[in-house]
Amino acid sequence: MNNNKDHIYSILQEVCDPEVPVLTILDLGIVRDIQFHEEEVEIIITPTYSGCPAMDAISVDIKLKLIEQGFKKVKVSYVLSPAWTTDWMSEEGKKKLQAYGIAPPQKITNNTRLHKMLFEEEGHIECPQCHSLNTKMLSQFGSTACKALYQCNDCKEPFDYFKCH
Amino acid sequence: MPHTKNALSFTLHLADTALILAQRNGEWCAHGPILEQDIAITNITLDLIGQARNFYQYAARLHEANENAVTEDSLAYLRTEGQFKNLLICELPNGDWAQTILRQFFFSTFQMLLFEKMKQSNNTQWVAIAEKSIKETHYHVKWSSEWVIRLGDGTTESHDRITKALDTLWMYTGEFFIPASYEMIEVTALKNEWMNKVKEVFDEATLTIPENVFMQTGGKNGVHTENLGFVLTELQYLQRVFPGAEW
Ligand SMILES: [Zn+2]
Repeated sequence: MNNNKDHIYSILQEVCDPEVPVLTILDLGIVRDIQFHEEEVEIIITPTYSGCPAMDAISVDIKLKLIEQGFKKVKVSYVLSPAWTTDWMSEEGKKKLQAYGIAPPQKITNNTRLHKMLFEEEGHIECPQCHSLNTKMLSQFGSTACKALYQCNDCKEPFDYFKCH
Repeated sequence: MPHTKNALSFTLHLADTALILAQRNGEWCAHGPILEQDIAITNITLDLIGQARNFYQYAARLHEANENAVTEDSLAYLRTEGQFKNLLICELPNGDWAQTILRQFFFSTFQMLLFEKMKQSNNTQWVAIAEKSIKETHYHVKWSSEWVIRLGDGTTESHDRITKALDTLWMYTGEFFIPASYEMIEVTALKNEWMNKVKEVFDEATLTIPENVFMQTGGKNGVHTENLGFVLTELQYLQRVFPGAEW
């Protein structure tokens, strides 16, 4: 067993989110820690949303990839705290999302009000097709829990926005 | 140890409440009034199932010392009505869209206050689940509040419907704030703030908070309406007919 974290991270770089397959789990920022126990390697991950149905598939995929690389005993465990935030997504991941047609989450700053007023929406979301900022929210809930549905007022294309969380 | 026993009962109450509301909301899947809202209510459902799983997993761990056979699945699929501790409001039929929306609004507004309080508890697992869930609950409150306003201050028909829903549901809101013996968060103290938040949205929705209504209770202690049996029959069918089935 090659007890080297970098080596394991390079293997995990091949595990993708089944729902947003351009993102690896490292891009998403859900791998929290790697620990070595006598015979076993433990990968600690955190869910994006409480009911994210991708977690089970991701966990199986992590095990398969590591076993393929010669690891005999692999354990995947979950932690809830601290709660995942879109700020843990890598810059690389954000670029990949945009190229894939999904607007990446905006950076959360001190001035970000995560909890919007009623009928208020997250503004200045850039259209991934034509890069216009003239876009509007169609629905706060999109095709998966982590996304909202937007539309571009210029090119008229509807698109997913990976919402700040 | 009465402390562990209470922690277990309270954790099950939180899990059951989230699960039963999720099961009810899930009935809207493919039946929502328009596609986007169908997706919205089922997204909320998924969050609630996630919460339920987190609470059930913790409840199973609280059991573990003496009963290894208890798992998150056995807690959800193999208990009967009398053992479920969910709030009554969660098991009521969906009714129309107005009734579903109004229930979600009452519930999510309460849940947000409850989770805020739980974040200060000394049980680290509750704190972790509350911190995780509350980020999602904010979306639920916003979405359902906007819909209450849209329907209440909408057309004559939508106003009539949500008023009818209010008549049906109000008597089940008292239970939020009447503590069970095992309850480890002081829910009574959340009532004023909940009323204020409801009033704020109701004012905009041109709805009036009913007065002097007798409040139904029992769910927290396993005394349910006849609805729960039907909900569980559907929810537990597969595990009852094919025990231990997995996929
Ligand atoms: Zn565009």
